[in-house]
Amino acid sequence: MRDDELDDSRRGFLKCMAWAGTGALFAFDGGIGSSIGLDAALAAPHRTAAAPFTFAQLSDSHIGFNKPPNADARATFAEAIAKVKALPQKPDFIIHTGDVSQLSRDDEFDDADQMLKGLGLPVFFVPGEHDMLDPDNGKAFLDRFGKGSKGAGWYSFDHRGVHFIAMVNVADLKPGGMGNFGPEQLKWLAADLAGRSSSTPIVVFAHMPLWTVYADWGWGTDDAGEALKLLARFGSVTVLNGHIHQITQKVEGRVAFHTARSTAFPQPAPGTAPSPGPLKVPTEQLRSMLGITDALFVRGHDRIALIDSTLA
Amino acid sequence: MTRGYKLLTFQVATLAASAFLMTTIASITKAAPPAAAAVTIDNFTFKAPVLTVKPGTTVTWTNGDDIPHTVVSKTGVFKSKVLDTGDHFSYTFAKPGQFGYYCSLHPHMTGTIIVKA
Repeated sequence: MRDDELDDSRRGFLKCMAWAGTGALFAFDGGIGSSIGLDAALAAPHRTAAAPFTFAQLSDSHIGFNKPPNADARATFAEAIAKVKALPQKPDFIIHTGDVSQLSRDDEFDDADQMLKGLGLPVFFVPGEHDMLDPDNGKAFLDRFGKGSKGAGWYSFDHRGVHFIAMVNVADLKPGGMGNFGPEQLKWLAADLAGRSSSTPIVVFAHMPLWTVYADWGWGTDDAGEALKLLARFGSVTVLNGHIHQITQKVEGRVAFHTARSTAFPQPAPGTAPSPGPLKVPTEQLRSMLGITDALFVRGHDRIALIDSTLA
Repeated sequence: MTRGYKLLTFQVATLAASAFLMTTIASITKAAPPAAAAVTIDNFTFKAPVLTVKPGTTVTWTNGDDIPHTVVSKTGVFKSKVLDTGDHFSYTFAKPGQFGYYCSLHPHMTGTIIVKA
């Protein structure tokens, strides 16, 4: 990391901003959300010369899913990839927040792999529970997408001064529980964060949400609180996930949480249906409920802008 | 004499008849299918969540959801492969006991089989 990149964050209070919705925008400053215009935000002067960078999030591609409301999850994933290709600023890399496949079958993983390779960008994965269904509980996924990772597939990396942490909350799930990191991964996280400056912007990505969106459907992570405690001293933390196939977000202190849409099928809003099964929307409505997330970092502002767009 | 013969004939006939009946009952018992019970998986729920069966019963779970599920014993007694829509998994409970299980994909889905003589 270059010194001038860090200058601004050293100097003052860290700002964190998350944008969401197609064109809609929320600005968060010290946990207090306020809505400002997208154009105004984009026109805001940069306080350092460092170029902003973007990365894109794809989630819940469920390659192999072929039931209502989507007879071909491969086709909609291909559309999502085309959408990434068409972004005005080419992302530095892609993150896929899990449920790459429907049933952890080799052909499903292979199709996803081949389609993503067409982007010509690095892709960082975390597994979803659908990627852990081979007889060896996730080995097929890790062999292909988790090289160099630890445990059930966790790892971290740095990019232009931002620390990215890939976490796994879908392994060894406990009866009656929700998502779960487990003590080994939390111990690793503590060691990974130790010695890092609190001004380092952090992005955590995992499959299941790190806050309890809806306990009755298991939409949360039982031991997320322990992970968030370790992250509490950092000035800017962004948590990205999938799993619930719809956008939800919240800000707590200096932590912004955001879930992405699926590229395969939508799921009902919490408690609005008898079960979290696929929301069987008419074909003409489907693509307005699938999409990608584009994340923009503006160095010097220490903020992340999340722009969700649909496949419609 | 005639009368005694007739009586004997009757006795033999009764014996033969009851022997036939017993054989028939035995063969019916033998031919009867072993005890079976079913648990359907619908709307991310095991139905019935608690099921009581006799020892020797084979329980079959069938997934009626559009999303895959698994049937996994909490104590490692049994574990299904992933069950896609319409797939089923069977396990025969030989001994009495209480067997808690869950879906390893959606662990909020839980159920119990009680095996009682």
